[in-house]
Amino acid sequence: MTLLEQFQDWLGGISPDWAAYVIAGVVGIVVILGFVLTLVIVFIWYERRLLGRFQIRLGPNRLGPEGIFQPIATAVKILLKEDIIPERADKFVHWLAPIVVFTPVLMVFAVVPLDKGAVLADLNVGVLYIVAISSVSAVGIYMAGWGSNNKYALIAAMRTVAQIVSYELPVVLSILGVVLMAGSLSLTKIVDAQNLPFIVMQPLGFLIFFLGALAEMNRCPFDLLEADSEIVAGYHTEYSGMKFAMFYLGEYGHALAYACIVTVLFLGGWRGPVLPPFLWFVVKIVAIFSLIVWLRATLPRLRVDQLMAFAWKGLFPMAMVNLLVVAIEVLWLVELLPWVVVVVNITLAGILILAWSRLFVLGKGRVEV
Amino acid sequence: MTVVLDYEAVARRLSEKFPGSVVESGKSGIVVKSDRLRELAWFLRDSSEFGFDYLANLTAVDYLDYFEVVYHLVSLTNNHSLVLKVRCTDRDKPVVPSVVDVWRAADFQEREVYDLMGIVFEGHPNLKRLLLWEGFVGHPLRKDYL
Amino acid sequence: MALKTEPFILNVGPQHPSTHGVFRMRVTLDGEVVVDVEPVIGYLHRGIEKLAESRTYTQVIPLTDRLDYLASMTNNFGYVLAVEKLAGIKVPERAEHLRVIMAELMRISSHLMAVGFFLNDLGAMMTPVLYMWREREKIMDLFEMVCGQRLTYNYMRVGGVSHDIPEEFLPALERFVGEMPRFIDEYEQLLSQNEILLARTKGVGVLPRAMAINIAASGPVLRASGVKWDIRKADPYSIYERFDFEVPVGMVGDCYDRYWVRIQEMRQSVRIIEQAMKRLPRGEICIKLPKPFRLPNGEVYGHIEAPKGELGFYLVSDNSIAPYRFHVRPPTLINLTALRDMVVGWKIADLIVIFGSIDVCLGEIDR
Repeated sequence: MTLLEQFQDWLGGISPDWAAYVIAGVVGIVVILGFVLTLVIVFIWYERRLLGRFQIRLGPNRLGPEGIFQPIATAVKILLKEDIIPERADKFVHWLAPIVVFTPVLMVFAVVPLDKGAVLADLNVGVLYIVAISSVSAVGIYMAGWGSNNKYALIAAMRTVAQIVSYELPVVLSILGVVLMAGSLSLTKIVDAQNLPFIVMQPLGFLIFFLGALAEMNRCPFDLLEADSEIVAGYHTEYSGMKFAMFYLGEYGHALAYACIVTVLFLGGWRGPVLPPFLWFVVKIVAIFSLIVWLRATLPRLRVDQLMAFAWKGLFPMAMVNLLVVAIEVLWLVELLPWVVVVVNITLAGILILAWSRLFVLGKGRVEV
Repeated sequence: MTVVLDYEAVARRLSEKFPGSVVESGKSGIVVKSDRLRELAWFLRDSSEFGFDYLANLTAVDYLDYFEVVYHLVSLTNNHSLVLKVRCTDRDKPVVPSVVDVWRAADFQEREVYDLMGIVFEGHPNLKRLLLWEGFVGHPLRKDYL
Repeated sequence: MALKTEPFILNVGPQHPSTHGVFRMRVTLDGEVVVDVEPVIGYLHRGIEKLAESRTYTQVIPLTDRLDYLASMTNNFGYVLAVEKLAGIKVPERAEHLRVIMAELMRISSHLMAVGFFLNDLGAMMTPVLYMWREREKIMDLFEMVCGQRLTYNYMRVGGVSHDIPEEFLPALERFVGEMPRFIDEYEQLLSQNEILLARTKGVGVLPRAMAINIAASGPVLRASGVKWDIRKADPYSIYERFDFEVPVGMVGDCYDRYWVRIQEMRQSVRIIEQAMKRLPRGEICIKLPKPFRLPNGEVYGHIEAPKGELGFYLVSDNSIAPYRFHVRPPTLINLTALRDMVVGWKIADLIVIFGSIDVCLGEIDR
């Protein structure tokens, strides 16, 4: 019984059932939205400060103590800007694209367990829901690129489709490894099954999922969709004002969503020894996000054909091998000897990564013209 | 140290190989006839005694009676240099053969000379204005422009 | 069934985050592959060559500052060297040493900027830029100590330099020179073996040796293609023959080699500065020129090794106070001659990387 269902039952005692359902739903949505938007604002501030520290500078520190009102100032600035629509753009598509990008990001949070029983909708196909919904933003990005009537945006849109579709596969395969070990698609049950966090039991799965998630989020080193130095601003070149704000928030929302999913699937969600569970959850999310920002600050960008090669020839075979090994272990080993599984998996991850880095060289890519 | 070749000696050598091509060899370079420029250029580039494979600079000067196109040649292998000049007296339609196929370095530099001085290089594959926009009328570096 | 495809033209326009200035390329793309590229320049044309014809020889010096505005000292150096060559002026020893110190500091600063923005084009998001600018700020502080300026110095004069160094200059310079090798090691450690950098730049945009000589490339672009030609060694000017330094030469001529040559040149510049500092004699810093200063009749072509290549000045004088003809040989315009050959067949991302590795500065391309 999740907290929300308990609340709904209590309400059902004092009001008609439909009212209880509606009120409980609205309360749940408001809580989730509040959580998400607050954390997004905090992450915007956190990323800019952390990026500044990586780049031996301070980051925003003028507005408020240590610059904590900077994201609010950014939001206000973006909202006050004029909303420019290119004259020959496809108006409906141009208008709809930010919504299609931003909404799935918010919808992912419906199934993420924040605390024991604190989840909006305890779907027993939670993982399937996440995978399905997060792919919809790809359509939105493509719509943004197409509807802008701008060749740069179009190039970005083409790259998007290629990138997101090819990275879905390793992501889903590594999630399947987790699902096999936990025995269920429901996120709450996956958290419950993690006596030993799955990052220890499946290090290779974690790495593959993390890299694939980076690509899905269009984050460095896979951020060619908004590659500032090549295609100006990629798919959001022609956006300004509120629509750009939705893309901007959507990007951080995406990062937050994937950080939450990684935490739930691999790090044990809200489980932890001493602190209250919600605090553990936030700590883990911030740790993953710091890792994401660290990668952004240090790595250059891959080229599109290298990216595709990395997905198809690098991550995908490794994900298949990982799945196979996990399946074998789940059949025979895991109830009996969890520590043996850990050791086997870590050595296997090491061997595979070393072997792949020797065999798989990112190609040159010159085409005869 | 890059040796600046003695202009008299080079002029003599060029005259015996291509008689009648050298007009004069002053103290600042060898002036050659513009219609013999290309064969001299090929010879200067491909011969082993000269071996001028590097066209360091190509520019033009407007002396009011004539235009003079100046070529600064350097040989990386022999480490010597030479100055070659071509004069062109027609002020309305000055024409000089292009050396783009000998030294590709002349590509942009000849376009610039055409743009700013108005000297047409025949044989250049893409003689368009380089620095000024396409509709510009006039050639600013000429002495009679402003 | 063959797909019907059509190439489209993309304008990597004058305003673009990565074109190092107002440079425009009309790129014909077949999907992501570059089929043709046509550079269009002239957005920064100010008519410096024509302006110089109505300014005295000393008044031309600030004009030369604004050629390659990221390396003003070496522009000044090349110009005054050309004038002194024609006039037959001998510069005092102290001025020569100061000139060499400033020129090599400028080389380090320009290469720091070039490498930093090369990595920015690759996508590393300003982090290498800011690390390199930490050192560049120290160099700019040194320059500000000497001539009060941070970008367009107007420091050299015909016959010497304009200001003598204040007393806090030499200790600051010693500190800088002592720390710099460690910082270059830090850059190499962070960058040179980075997988993604290697994958994006090794073998990309190769300029073959023969083509490099034919298009009269110069500077790091020429040396990366395997040609050991550095004007400081081949045709020494000023007092460079007295210094002991090496000329790094690449092997293949790809973007990685150009990056590597710049990093090694920074090390060699530090060596030169150390030697020049130790030998800095006392004396006067500029000889007095007659007023009005006229050059004898004649012409001269003076060239130096600027950070971006061979910067040459062709001066024709008719014994008046202003030059009769002033022509700048821009290294980056001539290096760009081979842009099309280097880029065709690669993808858009490589176009930007290759263009960044040539390290252009629009001030001297357009003059």
